[in-house]
Formats: sequence, structure tokens, C-alpha cells
Amino acid sequence: MGEDFFQGYKGAALQALKKFNVRVWGQAKIETSRGNFVGTVLPRSENDDDQHIVLKIPTGYNVGIDIRTLISMQETGYKKASYKIPEKEFPYTKGLPRVKLIGTGGTIASRLDYRTGAVIPAFSPGELYGAVPELADICNLTTEKVFAVFSENMGPAQYKQLAVAIGREIENGIDGIVIGHGTDTLHHTAAALTYMIKNPPVPIVLVGSQRSSDRPSSDAALNLMHACYTAGHGNIAEVMVCMFGPTSDDYGMLHRGTRVRKMHSSYRSTFRTLGDMPLATVTTRGVEPIKSNYKARRKDTSVTILPYFEEKVAILYYYPNMFPDMVDSLVDNGYKGIVIAGTGLGHVNKPLYPALERATKKGVAVYMTVQTLWGYVQMFVYETGREMMALGVVPAENMLPEVAWVKLGWALGQTQDLNEVKKIMLTPMNDDITPREPYNGYLIYQGGVPEVEEFIKRFRK
Amino acid sequence: MRAIGYVPRKKATQEDYDRIGFMSGLEVHQQLDTKQKLFCRCPAGIYQKDDVYDAEVIRHMRPTLSELGEYDGTALMEFKTRKNIIYRIKNETTCTYEVDDTPPFPINRKAVDVAIEISLLKKLNIVGEIHITRKQYLDGSIPTGFQRTAIIGVEGVIQLRNKTVRLIQLSLEEDSCREISDVGHWRIYKTDRLGMPLIETVTYPDMVNPDEVAEACQVIRFLNRSTNKVRSGIGAARQDVNVSCRGGTRVEIKGVSRIKWIPELTHNESFRQWALLHIQQELLKRIKKPGGWKMTSMELDPKEFDFRSRPLKGLRNAGMKLYGVSLPGFLGILSHFTQPGKVFADEISGRLQVIACIEKPNMCTHDSLRPMEGEETYQRLKKRLGSKAGDAVLFFWGPAEDIPTAIETIEERCRMAFECVPNETRKSFADGTTIFERVLPGADRMYPDTDSPPIPLLDEDIERLGRNLPTETMEAYRQMKAWGIPEDTYTYILKNNLFPLIRDMVVKHKEDPVFAGTLFGHRLKFVEGHYERAPGFRYDVVAKTLQELKKRNIGADLIKNMLPVIYQHPKMDVDSLLSSVDYRPMNEQEVLANLDFLKKKFASIRRKQGLDAEVNWLMGQLRGSAVGNLELRALKEKVISS
Repeated sequence: MGEDFFQGYKGAALQALKKFNVRVWGQAKIETSRGNFVGTVLPRSENDDDQHIVLKIPTGYNVGIDIRTLISMQETGYKKASYKIPEKEFPYTKGLPRVKLIGTGGTIASRLDYRTGAVIPAFSPGELYGAVPELADICNLTTEKVFAVFSENMGPAQYKQLAVAIGREIENGIDGIVIGHGTDTLHHTAAALTYMIKNPPVPIVLVGSQRSSDRPSSDAALNLMHACYTAGHGNIAEVMVCMFGPTSDDYGMLHRGTRVRKMHSSYRSTFRTLGDMPLATVTTRGVEPIKSNYKARRKDTSVTILPYFEEKVAILYYYPNMFPDMVDSLVDNGYKGIVIAGTGLGHVNKPLYPALERATKKGVAVYMTVQTLWGYVQMFVYETGREMMALGVVPAENMLPEVAWVKLGWALGQTQDLNEVKKIMLTPMNDDITPREPYNGYLIYQGGVPEVEEFIKRFRK
Repeated sequence: MRAIGYVPRKKATQEDYDRIGFMSGLEVHQQLDTKQKLFCRCPAGIYQKDDVYDAEVIRHMRPTLSELGEYDGTALMEFKTRKNIIYRIKNETTCTYEVDDTPPFPINRKAVDVAIEISLLKKLNIVGEIHITRKQYLDGSIPTGFQRTAIIGVEGVIQLRNKTVRLIQLSLEEDSCREISDVGHWRIYKTDRLGMPLIETVTYPDMVNPDEVAEACQVIRFLNRSTNKVRSGIGAARQDVNVSCRGGTRVEIKGVSRIKWIPELTHNESFRQWALLHIQQELLKRIKKPGGWKMTSMELDPKEFDFRSRPLKGLRNAGMKLYGVSLPGFLGILSHFTQPGKVFADEISGRLQVIACIEKPNMCTHDSLRPMEGEETYQRLKKRLGSKAGDAVLFFWGPAEDIPTAIETIEERCRMAFECVPNETRKSFADGTTIFERVLPGADRMYPDTDSPPIPLLDEDIERLGRNLPTETMEAYRQMKAWGIPEDTYTYILKNNLFPLIRDMVVKHKEDPVFAGTLFGHRLKFVEGHYERAPGFRYDVVAKTLQELKKRNIGADLIKNMLPVIYQHPKMDVDSLLSSVDYRPMNEQEVLANLDFLKKKFASIRRKQGLDAEVNWLMGQLRGSAVGNLELRALKEKVISS
């Protein structure tokens, strides 16, 4: 295939470029009914219309030329730009821990792609060192790209692949693992790895960024430093999510993979531990545990990998007046497990009961969680709850709906025996179910209240 | 000073500017008057005090790669400084967009329309599609680390009195934070102004003397104001002024908020560059291989020298390290003139402050050390450094962690002295001098904004916006001149966009143009300087009151007495206004009724001989009751002929 001279252009705009023999990256003089323009023709995003040509003018700005105003165009030169992140060899420092960064896609370090406007990850240790040189003071870093998918496209196949890759690294004696991951489903993957990697001897840290690293204000570099510090020096040998604590460039928080959730669509400090306290805070000066019941780092290299997952599991987010056919269609489509995110203490409306009964009778595992996210399922309080339990719906304590979904998929991947599944589901693992909820586990402050405003002004940086 | 042929501005002629090849262009910023900000729905134009805020956010800026795969020079410098940036936030004016925790909302379309209108007025070629671009700023003035900005038009012109100036482009952008303080490694901003819509008009470097730069700036400001859709007041219009001399470099003087400062600043900057070129020649004469030039530095123990005066005396207690630097071949260069009252050493000191974050005073040279510590101490220090004849020495101090950057900064600046005038932005002072602000960023700090789609601009939109354009500034200027309105009123009239109002008064209501022009340009200007403006005051209230007086057959002169009242109480009706200036309707006879009595009175008290003295005194006595009833010119005739 020859070189693509017209990256991203289509339809009328492509015709215009061809007509005047002007290529992408060509310097062009353009005459239009709105006056003259000069600049370099840039690739166009494929999703944009076919009525404009993108031009980088000499001052560095981009403008679009409406081809309907086009009179003539002339290519006066050609200079193709290549994107390259300066690559420097990652220096080896004796005495620093060895950390493996596993890439899955996402935007930990990245550059821009002009054609799609998308962000392309930079990944080799050399590229990372070029972008975040401080990493060399923290650890000896090696990297491996296991696959490259966007966070929203991560799924069971990737969870398994990742778990196996991590198992291999642990057996080879690595001091800590960092996983670069898009943030949308970071918490799903964190839960999956918690279940699939049994008793890891070293920290396994998932990290992402909310502002891509092509921005000066990006949280990526600091997150990466925090994650590498946690993996290399921290004493907590669990699967954790490491992201900003506050929105300021200050400290990171380490959240258990089974209690963490993305809680804001765009904030830096979007990840929160729900119903409990986070494990620890981290800066490049150290990991400060908040909880004391964590699993500590070990010297051995033994680990058990349980890469199982049943894909036919769904979350059903209940809404008022839901029709039973929602449940029926899952059952009819061969789903083996359903996690309901019910209202309040774990409720759905009465018309759903026959459908639920039909599901459990057909051997579908049905579990109840709460869409309030905070608090326990409590199905004894109301008659309706007891009725539902009688139908075979199992309350999943204070497991988060997404975590219950992961755990149910993982359990059903190991066994078809619903009693066995129930045992797995209700046996607490890494606090996915906690025996008690601390008083400060539930904290959502309402802005505007004087004492909260006072707190924000003084402490929430 | 003499060596470079420096001439003070008052004495400088066009020949002087031609001799050094003065060249200057402008980047004029103007806030648009919209209710909301450009990329979010926060209110625009509400300001907070420095110490009144609801929350603080701390950030650091890291350089990123440009599309050509390189780090931008400014970016690296800003990173070296390791500044902690604090944003003080007021909930009322700041949402999660400003602190970069939410992507941009669709662009404020009203702002786009105003920007297009002003672009048409400046005869720019309007783009087919607006592309939002990220322009990197690592000083922290924008929490994202970049300014969202977009070109609206390119290649336009503006007309000065005797010259046409070409425009490069006009862009629409979000305004930045206001700085509260910048000390050491801590810089504090407030976010109230951040995100307000702003246009930037960029000229070619067509101006060849300082006054021309000021005139071009004035014209651009008038054009912006003529739409009535821009903000006025302190900070609503600011400019960056680019200056170079022949063989020099484009240096940007940032954020000049008053046009009247421009001539002195550009004058001094062109001569500063001329001086630096002279230093360059001098150094090249002395040092044959500049590539091999190296300075030496050494830590000194303050105890050893027993310093008498501050800050040297207190260095140890303040936890500062003292360093000495030898600059081979630089003898005399550190004290070489650069700007009035400034020498080459100030160039180094300025960079130490900004790049190494060491607050001033951060260094001293022979000139500044000798008066404090004496020649003997200086010689001991010099000897300790092992300096040779022909070397210049300087001493600097700072916290241990800033020393490596400081040494690098000094060496870098001295090496630049061999090469050229450094590319930089400079901060201006009211006395017309400037200091280093940062390295001038290039075109390689522009990235497409991946968060915003391109916005097509259709022919029909542009035509619609072009239909009601205001009169172009130079045209207004010529018309006022043709009407005989005195020139000293033009700045006031154009600045406040009063030409359309005056044109209406003259054309529609047959007012005398000179009367109308001076009523605003002299009288109202005086009133503005002496009284408090009421919030409801609008200029057309003056014109309307004038119509009302005419309707009642009251002389137009009376409006002049009423101006202070209207200015402070714009809602007052005409009757109240009339009584507030003690107006009583009288016919000519009544006005002149006391004339004979007054003449006799004057005869008894007069101290001066001559008709003039008498007429003046009589006019003074009668003016009060004449105004509004009898034209003063007619009154004078009566007095003279009586």
C-alpha cells in the first residue's frame, strides 16, 4: 500500500486536495472568497465533516478552510512531521527495587495523534524516562505491553491474560507490579485481579490518569510516581488502585481493589473507597497506611493464579415499574448470573417476583446489591425482602454492584454448583464484604453548609 | 551609555530610531462583554479580593512534547523553576472547569460573534472553521497548563493617521488567572478572571518609532470599543509589545496596561538590545573562541570574610549558601549600561530570581559590594576565587537546593551574551524599564484541543454580522476633523465610543459639532475626573436632556452646568435638573435688567482700567442668570454695546 497523502480527508475535501495536488503536510497557498491563507495542510479527524481543510498557519494555530469558498490552492513545499517522544535509556540504579509496568492501553504517558485527535500512549521505559525522569529515582523500571485496549473495552479475556502475566512476573521475583489502565473500568479490573491473584507476595498497583499526559497539568506523572513508589517500596501486598487523593498535586490514595469505585466523570480525585476507609496515602516520601489489617509484603515468590470467568453475568440496575421481561430476556439469553442493583435496602417491585423465581428455578445465580452504593443489603426489614429471599435471591451484604458482578463471573467460571458459588460469593475477600461499617465509612459532604465550607477552605486542597 | 549612542526619548528623532533599526509590533488583548465565560457557564466580570476565597488548589506544571516531538524552551525553563502554584477559588466565579477537573463546555457563541464582528472591522480574512488550539503556559496562569484559543481571522489592516499597519491575526481566547504573589517557589493566583472571553489582535512589526506603536495601539483599542460589545476598566484591555533593533531579537514586553507607557518602554527596549549587541561585539573582540568559554564557580564560607552588612552578613542564619563566580574576559561587562539605571548584572539577577527562584537581592558585583564591604574584602574574595586579570566576578547566594540551577542560569546567560539578544518576555515597570520574565515561547507550544470539535463559520453568519458594523475609527477621526472638533477631544470620544452619539446629535438634531464634541471631550471629561459616576449613567442621557432643553427653548449652554448633576443622578427629570442648577426662565430684558446698576457698581470698585476688565466683570455677574436664556455670545455683545 502506498503512502496515504490525504490522511483523514474524504468526500468533497479530498476531491479538492486532489484537484489542486496538495498533500497533507504540504505547505500551501490558498485563495478563497474570504481572502488568502498560507500554512501547512494537516490531517483531518475522520469524524469531522468533508467540507473543510485543516491548515496550520505560520503562527502555529490551526484553522479550517471552507472548500466552498476555495478559489485556488498551490503546494509550495512539503515537510512531514513525525511524533517522537525523546527516548533516553532508563538508568539502572543498584539498590532500588525492580518494578514491572504492565501496559493495557490508557493514557499514563501519551502523545497526540492528529488524524483522530486521539491520544497515543508512550510506553517503553526509555519513553517514560523521557517523560517522567523522576521515575529513575524511585525504582528500576521495566515494561511490558500485554495488550492495548481502551478502558471501556476491557473484559474477562483481558482480566485473565493480565492475571497470568502478573503471576509470571511474581514467580520471576519482581519487587512490585504497576498496571497502567484507563480509568473508566479501572475498578472492575482491580476487583477481577484481586480474585484471580491469590496471596500475592508483592504490591500490585493499578494506576491511570484523569488528564492525559499531553497536558502540562496532567495527573499522570504524579500518579505514576506514586504507583511506582507503592509497588517498589510499599509494604502492602494487595491489589490496589493508586490515584489522586485530592484534586491538588499532593498525595495519592491507595484503595482496595474490592472497595473502590470511580465516582466522578472527570475529576482527578475520582476514585474513592466506598463504605470503608482507603488503605493508605502515598507520596514520593512514603506510603502511610490508614488501615492496619492489610496483607504485608513477603519475600517468597509463590502465588496462585485463578484465571476463571463466566461471561454470561449481568448487572440489572432496577428502576421503578421495571417489567419482568427484563429478567426474562436475560434468562432466555442464557445468562448464568444476575446481580441486581436494587433500591434502598435491596428491593425490586412485586411484578418482577415471578420472573426472579423462574430465573432461580432455571439455575441462574441471582444476587442483590444496593444502588445506594453505601450500606448493606438488608432483606429482613420488610416483608418483601423476605419474600424475595424465599424466591432464591441472595443478599450480597455490602458488596459494591460492580464488585459483585466481577466476583459472580469469577465464581461461576470455577463452578456450576450454586451452593459452591454462594459460598464463594459470601466469603469475604479483601474486604469486598466487611463485617462492620465504620462510622466514617460513609462520607458525602454537602457544600454550602458552614462547617463543610470551613473544612474545604482549610483542608481540601 | 555614550558607547552605544543612547539618546533619551525626549531628544530622540526618527534618525535615531532608523540608526538602530527600531521595529515594533503589538498584541492587543481586549475582554469581550459577555455574561458568561468562554468555555463554561460561570459569570464573567465578577472579581474577588486577594484574601477572600473559598478553597485552594495546588498544582505543578510539567512540560509536554509538542507535535514536532520536542520540548518547548519555555516549558523546560518553567519546569526547572519547580514552582508550587496555588489557586485561590471563589465558588461564585469558579467551577470545576477552571480548575481543570471538567472538560470544556461548547464555546460561548456570543463571544464568537463579537470576535467575528471586530475581525470584519479590521478587514481580516475570516476562517472557514474555528479550531480550538491549546497554547501552553507553564507559569501556572492557567490551571490546565494551556490557554484554549482560536483564530477567527488572518491578514487584516488598520489605518493610522499617516500609515497603514498590517495585522497578522485575531484570535478568541480565554483570559488567564490574576497573580496575587510570586515569592521563591510559591506563586499564588486567583481564578476570577480566568476563562473570560478575550480577543487578541496581532500586528506585523510595522511600527518604526515609539509614538507610532502607541498610536496603533490606540486605534486598535478604539476599533474594539466602537462595537460597544467589549469591556472597559482596569485590566479589560492590555497589550504585549514586541520590540527589536537591527541585529536584535524579538522581545515581548508583557501586560502593558497603559498605552501612555508604550513609548518609553519600546524606546528603552530597543536601546537595551542595542547595548547587548555592543556587549556582544566587545566580548567577541576579547574572546576568540566563545565556544570554549567557561566560567568557574566555588562555594565560599561567609565566616571567612566577616561581612559587615546585610544581606551578606545574615546569609548563614538564613540558611543560604554563598557562591563566587569568575567570568573570564568579562571585566567591565557586568556594569555595562543596558537601560536607564540598569546594567548587564541586572540581566543575570533577574534570571536568578525567575529561573532559580532566588529572591532579590540574590547577587552582587564589584560595584555593589565595594560600598558595603570595602575594596579590601572584595580583593580577598576575588583572590579566593583565583580570578585572573580581565575576569569579572560576581557573588550570589540562595538555598542549597537552588544552587545548581542558579549556576546553570548564570552560565547560560553569559554564553548568550556572545551569541545574540536572548529571546524572552519581559515585565514592564511604570518608569519605562523592564525585567526578565521568561524565555519567549515559540510556535511549537501549540496543540490542537482534543476536547473541542471544530466550529464551521458559514458565509451567511458572516454576512449577518457584517451588516451593522460601526464606523471605522479613522473615518470617525476624519469626520470630526472636518467638523472642526478640537483634536484634544478625540481620545476621550473614541475611547468611550461616543462618535455615533455625536454624529446623531450633529446630523439628526443639528447641534453645532464643536459644541457637541467639546461638551463630551472637555466638559464631561472634567466632570468624570471630579465626581462619582452613578451606576445608571449613560452618555445618551446627556443628548436626551439637550433635546428636552431645546424643546423648551432653553439655551444649550445650560447643559454644561447640569453635567455634574446628570453624572451623579442620571434618573433625575429635566424639571428637577433645572431647579438643581437654579435656572429661572428670563427674557433678554430681564437678564439685562440690572446692567446699569452693575456698571455703576463696577465703577466704584474697579482696580484695573480698560474695557476688557469691565466686560469680564459684568459677564461674570450676569452669566448665572443668562445661561439657558441668552446665548453668552449675545450677552457679551449687549454688555459691550451698552
